[in-house]
Order: sequence, then C-alpha cells, then structure tokens
Amino acid sequence: MKIKQFGAALVAATILATSVPVAADLTFPMLSYRTGPYGPNGAEFADGYADYFTLLNERDGGIGGAKILTPECETAYNTAKGVECYESTKEGALIYQPLSTGITYQLIPKVTADDIPMHTMGYGRTSAANGKVFSHVFNYPANYWDGASVIIKHISDEEKGDLKGKKISLVYHNSAYGKEPIRTLEELAKKHGYKLTLIPVDHPGQEQKSQWLQLRRDRPDYIIMYGWGVMNQVAIKEATNIRFDMSKFIGIWWSGSENDVLPAGDKANGYKAVTFHGVGDDYPIFEELKKYVKDTGKAAGDGSNLGTALYNRGMYAAMLAAEAAANAQKIHNTKDLTGAQMRDGMESLKIDQDRMKALGLEGFGPEISVTCANHGGPGLGAIQQWDAKAKKWSLITDFVESDRSVIDPLIAEDSAAYAKENSMKERDCK
Amino acid sequence: MSPLFLNALEVILNGLMAGIMYSLVALGFVLIFKASGIFNYAQGVMALFAALTLVGFQTGQVPFAHLINAMFGTEIHHWGSGMNTFLAIILTMIVMIIFAWLLEKIVLKHMVNQAPIILFMTTIGLAYFMEGFGDLMWGADIKTMDVGLPSGGSLWLEDFTKGWAAEGTEYYGMYIDVLDVWAAGIAILLVIALTLFSQYTKTGRALRAVADDHQAALTVGISLRTIWIIVWSLAGFVALVAGIMWGSKSGVQFSLSLIALKALPVLILGGFTSIPGAIIGGLIIGVGEKLFEFSIGGMIGGATENWFAYVLALAFLMFRPQGLFGEKIIERV
Repeated sequence: MKIKQFGAALVAATILATSVPVAADLTFPMLSYRTGPYGPNGAEFADGYADYFTLLNERDGGIGGAKILTPECETAYNTAKGVECYESTKEGALIYQPLSTGITYQLIPKVTADDIPMHTMGYGRTSAANGKVFSHVFNYPANYWDGASVIIKHISDEEKGDLKGKKISLVYHNSAYGKEPIRTLEELAKKHGYKLTLIPVDHPGQEQKSQWLQLRRDRPDYIIMYGWGVMNQVAIKEATNIRFDMSKFIGIWWSGSENDVLPAGDKANGYKAVTFHGVGDDYPIFEELKKYVKDTGKAAGDGSNLGTALYNRGMYAAMLAAEAAANAQKIHNTKDLTGAQMRDGMESLKIDQDRMKALGLEGFGPEISVTCANHGGPGLGAIQQWDAKAKKWSLITDFVESDRSVIDPLIAEDSAAYAKENSMKERDCK
Repeated sequence: MSPLFLNALEVILNGLMAGIMYSLVALGFVLIFKASGIFNYAQGVMALFAALTLVGFQTGQVPFAHLINAMFGTEIHHWGSGMNTFLAIILTMIVMIIFAWLLEKIVLKHMVNQAPIILFMTTIGLAYFMEGFGDLMWGADIKTMDVGLPSGGSLWLEDFTKGWAAEGTEYYGMYIDVLDVWAAGIAILLVIALTLFSQYTKTGRALRAVADDHQAALTVGISLRTIWIIVWSLAGFVALVAGIMWGSKSGVQFSLSLIALKALPVLILGGFTSIPGAIIGGLIIGVGEKLFEFSIGGMIGGATENWFAYVLALAFLMFRPQGLFGEKIIERV
C-alpha cells in the first residue's frame, strides 16, 4: 500500500514539475502540427517559432530576465485536437498562435473568456482586425483580405491599371480558409470590372484534373490561389502541365513556400505569391540563429530550413510575440506576466524600422502599430517570385497597402454581425 | 464538331486516365483481400513508404539520419550523390519484400483464424506504425519524385485535334497529361504481368488456390504463410508503382497515403476480389466523377468529385452488393 501511495505521489509530483511553469517563466504554448497531411508546412513554421525563443533564452536570458517556455502540443491540423491542446496548455499561457483557421474559430470565445490573447497572423477570422469587437484576437500585420487586395493591386499594376474585362480565377481550398477571400474579390471585381470565376478544390487536393481542364478551357488572364498542403503542389504542377504563364499565377502566403514549388521543378519558375514578411536568410538575425541555436545543437528541427518561407514566418510570429511580451513587461512593470497583461502589450505594440534593425530584421517586415480599435496592423503585402534555377524566392515589389476603402467596410460589417450573433457590445476605444 | 462535344470527349479521356490512377491503388487492396480476406487499411501508407524509400535511395539519403544525429551528435544526411533510378527501384522492392516477411513473422502469423474485423484493425495499427516509421527513416519533408517519366500536356494531341472544332469556334485542342498516358501503359503491363503470374506459374496457381479456399489449399500442402509473404510483397510492388505515379504529380509527402480514399469507391464498385473489377471500377469512377463535375458540378458549387465517387459506388451497391465482378459471399447459418 505504501509503495502504491509513494508511486502515486511520485507520478503526481512529476506531472506537476513538468507541466506547471515556475513563477517568472513566460509560457508560449505551441499548438503545432508536425504530422498529418499538412505536417511538412507546420513543422517549418513551428521550428522557426521555437528557434527564435531559444535564441532569446540563449543569448539574452529570455525576455526581460524571464526565461521562455514553449510547451508543444500536436494538433495535426485537426480542430478537435487543437481545442484539446488549448485546454491542456492554457494554465499560465501568455498567447496562442494555432496556425489553423478552423482551430482559431473554435478558440475565439474560449480565449476571450480565459483572458488569453490569440495572434492569428495572416489567417483566422479576418474581421478580428476590429479590436472593438474582438478584444483578445489579433491578426496583424496582414489578413486574408489584405492578401487578396494586394494581389489585385499587383495584377492591376501589371495591366497598367486597367482590369476591365479581364478574367481572374480563384482556385481555393474548399474550406473556411479558402472561402475567406471570395467576398473581397467580388467587391474588388465590382470596383475594377474584372470577371471572377470560383474554382473550389476539396481536401486534400491530390486530384485536380477537372479544375485544371476547366481553367484550360476558360483561359483566365490570371489565377489566384488560396491553397494549403498538397493542394498547392498539385495545382502548381497542373498549371505547368497546361502551360499556364506562371508569372500570372499568384498565391496567397500559404501557397508560397518552397514546399509548394519544388515538386514542379524548373517549370514552376516565375510563380508568384503575396507575403507580409521578408524572404531568404540575408538578414543579420540568421547569423545569431546559427551561432546560438543551430551550431549549438539546440534547433527545433535539423537546422536545414533556416530562411525558408514558413520558417521565417514562424520566426516572425515569435518575434512579434516577444516584442509584445517586452512591451507588456514595460507597461505593467513586472517580468512575470499574465495573459491579460500580455494582451495589453499586444494592443499597444509599436515596431518601427529602427527597432527592426536592432532586432537584426531591417526591412524584413513593415512597421507595425496596433491599437485598441485596430488589431489588424498595417495590412501591407509584397509580391515574391520563385526562381527555379536558384531555388529561391525574391521580393519583386515593395510592401504596399491593401485597398482600405473596400476592406474596412467589410471588416466593420462582418465584425458587427459577429457582435450581434453573440449579443456583444463594441468596446469603447477612446 | 462542336467544342462542347469535344470538351466532353476530353473530360471522358481524362476521366479514364484518372480512373487508371485510382485502379493502381485499388489493385493492391484486391491482391491482399483475395489471398487473405484482409482489407488492408495500410495500402495507402505502403505507397507512401515505398515512394519515400525510392526517393531516399535515389538521392542518397541516410536512413534514420535524424535519429542517428540526435543520438550521437553527428551531422550525417547523405552518403553520396545517390544512385541510378533502376537500381533504386530494385532496392526499394527488396525493402518491400523484407517488410512483407517481417510483417508475416511479427504480426500476421499471430492473426491466423482471427475475425476479419481484428485483421482490419491490425492493418489500421500497421498504417500508423508505417507512417511514423517512414517519417523516422526518411524525414517528413516533401520530396521530389523524378524517375525520368515525361509529364505535361501532350503537344502532339493538342495540335492534332485543334482543327476538329467547327471553324470560328474557340477551341484549343484536346488535353492529356503525358504522365497519365505512361501510367495507363504501366497499369496495363502490371495487370498483364499479374494475370500471367497467377495463370502460368506454380506460385500463381497456389495463390489462386488460397484465394479460392484456405483450408483446401492447406490440405494439398500449400504454405499459407509463404503465400502471405508473396502476396504482401506483390502488394508492396503495386504500392511502389502507385507511389511513383502519384508522387510524380504531388511530390512525396504524407498526403500520398490519402490516395487510398480514392480507391475505396473503386473497390466497392468493382468488387474486392477481382483484378479486372479494380480496373473497370477505376475507369467507371474516373469517368463518372469527371463527367458529373463537368456537366453538373458548376451548377451546385463545384468540387463534387470526392463525394460523387462514393454516391456512384453506393448506387451500384443497391443492385450488386458484391460489386461488379466480386464474388457473392453466401454464409450459411
């Protein structure tokens, strides 16, 4: 009996010791996915996220003297598992970045009730940009609608400002995520006079023959893609098969990683995607990551994906979280933060180019300014293009602003509908 | 001819090609089900594992490199510039035979006389194991499959058919992916080889005997366990072919294992025990789903193929529960 009691006590002590962060640790739970159909993409993002925090721990001793913990929970991009992961890690959590629109939708009411902020950078519910309604959700620096608008701006530039009568097709993942840009593209079609065709692709998107036969018959002037995982690789390959001009095929940032273009080989040359951050590893931060993380064997992965699109995005997400935490420490004059304090840090986050330079990320992303009312940040995007020979992305435009005259009313409308559905009142953001 | 008619013809042609790709996956299921009554849930993962192994050999990747590096602090990834594709295919096949042998020794021999549902659940476990084992052995990153097969729309067909449409109409010629034509050719060769093997070799006849009646086969001295190793090796070979064809389209990654979902309606329609059934079933599903998407899909929002394949299979089930060519199973109680 005593042995049993001792055993039980030992197990309980072990669980407590391993799962509950000690005071003054900053906990950034990672709802990541390294397995399943979207695992290759999720792993790169998660590696970038974890490596940046490892760098801060190794080089600076954490944030403001507090060590950073990044407990990881595998969601396999499955919404139910994502919610389970949230419930099992929320104790002491400062922020969530679930990297899934489905999980985001489920967590919006939960994080709000638990007073923990959620950052859905470039994904999730777009109208969460309205901080008056979504107090705990942030989607700076850009959202799906910004992405769609920046793509249309780029196409407009390519066509010397005249889109009248042009045919643009949207190939999209037939899910909540893939359907996000439809309304924006329809509104922009009214404004610019182009003809929009919608081509859905069901999960996982391994077989897309019908869609590409239709596109071959329709002969669109441009194709926009909102895909994820294998759908991207197959779509890019099929586009090369029908000999579509790759410079007129433009993906959202989730269709713009090396994983998406490499299987198509040289034929993918010229493919474009919109992005909200820099590409490649030509930034001083990568020297630091190599020195403190990769070369010391502390990298989350094998260290081979530094500088890839999704690794950079994960690293950028971690950097924004770390900056918000530092801001929260300053506001509340404490190094031991709560979720509520972290939220305050996010809501008054300001990052200018001087700060980006100090972080070793000069020019990597636009300046960011978050306010109580604006949780969506600047909404800027740039176009990157794939060089198949060099196997590299390069930015071919500056970061440009999305069409606020179209997007802002859509955000106001959608967030008002959410507030009405949930019998909520808008916050006063004076 | 009117462009609409030509477009419908193009859709049918591409449906046939897609159907053959589905059949390639379905064949592996049929081989194992025929010989052992096991519905092999792991067939899709076997295709993934075979493709991962092939690319690993081709590119000279060190198996279990991540594990070795993590355990010993080394930095090994590749052992050279890789190897010739033909040699890599042979070596992959040997790996699949070793896999079949180990599977029989470690798992299947303990499952003799178990209920079909137990055997099915065993293959679910096997699928999860192989997924993880494949990741551990070759890494989870997306790999490019290149065995030298040509791909892309056939220019010859496009030029040849361009003039078929009535003058003044907008028609760009008929489209077919050359890779699909190769896949069709390889599938035909595969079916011929499997048929010759089962009709004219001693082992093939033993396979058929086991498929007809396990106990009768045992009484004439056929080793069930050896047959199982042979059958799983054959299924491994079919999985390799399917892995090459599908992997050439999408790269080699976890999603490759999901192609099994495309084989299921083919099996329901064609029957679980018939090789010709797998081929004909694949063709019907391929053409049916593509024609439905072409003619009606647009009116109801598109992306109909995934569910329509199952609707088509279920419609056949109403009239022939055993599938088009499947054996009618009568159980007397």
